[in-house]
Amino acid sequence: MGWFLIPFDNLLCMVLGISFTVGFSSLLVIVVPAVLGVSIGIRRLYMKSLLKVFEWATVRMERGAKEKNQHLYKPYSNGIIAKELSSLEQEIQELRASGTTLSSEPEFEMADIMYFCRRGVESIVDDEVTKRFSAQELESWNLLTRSNFNARHISLRLSVLWGLGLFIRYGFLLPLRVTLAASGIGLLVVLTTIVGFIPSGWLRTYLSEKIHLMSYRICVRSLTAIITYHNSENKPKNGGICVANHTTPIDVIILANDGCYSMVGQIHGGLIGVVQRAMVKSSPHIWFERSEVKDRHLVAERLSNHVADKTKHPILIFPEGTCINNTSVMMFKKGSFEIGCTFYPVAIKYDPRFGDAFWNSSKFGMVNYLLRMMSSWAIVCSVWYLPPMSREEGEDAVQFANRVKAAIATQGGLVDLLWDGGLKRGKVKNTFKEEQQKLYSKVLVGDQEDQGEDRPQEDEEEEEGDQNEDRPLEDYTPRPLEDCSLRLQEEEEERGSETPMKDQ
Amino acid sequence: MGSRASSLLREEEIEEIKKETGFSHSQITRLYSRFTSLDKGENGTLGREDFQRIPELAINPLGDRIINAFFPEGEDQVNFRGFMRTLAHFRPIEDNEKNKDPTASEPLNSRINKLLFAFQLYDLDRDDKISRDELLQVLRMMVGVNISDEQLGSIADRTIQEADQNGDNSISFNEFIKVLEKVDVEQKMSIRFLH
Repeated sequence: MGWFLIPFDNLLCMVLGISFTVGFSSLLVIVVPAVLGVSIGIRRLYMKSLLKVFEWATVRMERGAKEKNQHLYKPYSNGIIAKELSSLEQEIQELRASGTTLSSEPEFEMADIMYFCRRGVESIVDDEVTKRFSAQELESWNLLTRSNFNARHISLRLSVLWGLGLFIRYGFLLPLRVTLAASGIGLLVVLTTIVGFIPSGWLRTYLSEKIHLMSYRICVRSLTAIITYHNSENKPKNGGICVANHTTPIDVIILANDGCYSMVGQIHGGLIGVVQRAMVKSSPHIWFERSEVKDRHLVAERLSNHVADKTKHPILIFPEGTCINNTSVMMFKKGSFEIGCTFYPVAIKYDPRFGDAFWNSSKFGMVNYLLRMMSSWAIVCSVWYLPPMSREEGEDAVQFANRVKAAIATQGGLVDLLWDGGLKRGKVKNTFKEEQQKLYSKVLVGDQEDQGEDRPQEDEEEEEGDQNEDRPLEDYTPRPLEDCSLRLQEEEEERGSETPMKDQ
Repeated sequence: MGSRASSLLREEEIEEIKKETGFSHSQITRLYSRFTSLDKGENGTLGREDFQRIPELAINPLGDRIINAFFPEGEDQVNFRGFMRTLAHFRPIEDNEKNKDPTASEPLNSRINKLLFAFQLYDLDRDDKISRDELLQVLRMMVGVNISDEQLGSIADRTIQEADQNGDNSISFNEFIKVLEKVDVEQKMSIRFLH
């Protein structure tokens, strides 16, 4: 009876044999250069060929749509509406000018409501904030279901291609990447613990740097991250703080691949905690207990002490406090900018065509997110090191933070917003509505209350102007270092799940 | 996630909405994508809290009144048709529509309908009249705490005095139209939708 099973047995052995050989050789081809710190250029070649495939796919979809005489859905990269950029005063004056002419004494017109009405409906159709918290839409399809808007226009050939892509991504790339990631983290933990036994000195620092870099290089390859570093002459130096825009926890790996940083964050339990504790054995990272996180002064003190010591690596901080979808930079929390040292701004811009790196933490948990990352084609990004900046005379922390933010936004081609990234989850403060009301009252009854207040700017800027001022304790939540790891801890607790993480 | 946006909106529905509102095909698909991105519950309708999640709307002094305009009497959820119907009021009036057949039904974005929309923002209890009380409440929403009750009261009195023609101490829709006859409603109550 078993005679017809033998060929299957052989077949199975053959298949297993081949997959193991392929897997192992790929591992070798990837890990060895990582350890040595060289790059063969496989990833770039891969990227180029993928681009050609995507273009072909989009052309076919357009052709398919044209045949059916339908429209291909094109995401609105320029917006759904064109907004008027005039201020409240301007618009109301215009309304008055076209309405009934009355005495010059400022008073109410029933038409005034139209200004608020139109502004309100404009924000319903298209607002600056909510769209920053979901993944960017792509112009062309990249063979991932998750970014497909034109499911109806897929021909047979495209479906086959998509199926092939699916098999490659989940059958070959994903297992390979998971193995790589596991080995990268494993190596990091083991080697840093070993180096921790060596007494402090140049040997220990040297080895620790090498180990960190090597592990991050392996992790980078495990995500097939293709990174281009610009302006490396501005790379952060010891005794400074590196600030960057935040899109995903992977940002840390991307930056640490090219230099050694000291991480800041809350110490977690579980696997992440193990990694954190191991890392700190060989080089000084700043981990806080949960109770210490709320204490602004303690945090500021530890940071200042760290930067004062010139032998320690620069600190890596993400002042936005939460992950934004890489189309804009949102408000920088002022806490870290109060420390007096050199700041090294870094702009990170991801190319979403190969895989969107944005972590939508309200939609996906960490494991789900990592799975998606590892089953995308690649993570392609550019990192720009900007010239160092320091706080100038007469500039307070908020202004300095905004200046740094503007520099990062300009370099990365991102929109510079004053809105708080915390709006992802929280409600906007009432004070902004009160400001709008104040503005309108001024138009109605004149400048009786607001003497000497010069508000020539557009409405939007005024709305967030007070955000960073010192408020009474009830209003202010002291969280100066809301980097991703703090958020993660809360989300983990909310969801009650143990997720293995590999950064920070 | 707006990924399945256009696939859930059938061609027939798009045609119907096109006829009813006058939006173009691509505008409708884009607005549908916006609708689904606001619909966090993914159940095909929007509730009041979905609108309140928009920060720029939350800080608008008349935010709640505008949100209310999307919901028909007594209802708590609005579907895409209703959403489009309300937005249609803000479509600009195109030249070729201005001299249409007068017996054809009034398009949603006509001057009269735009004025009606604004009127309904004032008319809190939907009784087709703006009473002094309603006017005061809306004024209070717009100015916050910055103007005293007496001043606000006199502003309201003056406004009603000028507008009221039949002496019932409230403003009807026709009186409202009269007050605003010189205002460029077509431009002020229109949003420039891109194609």
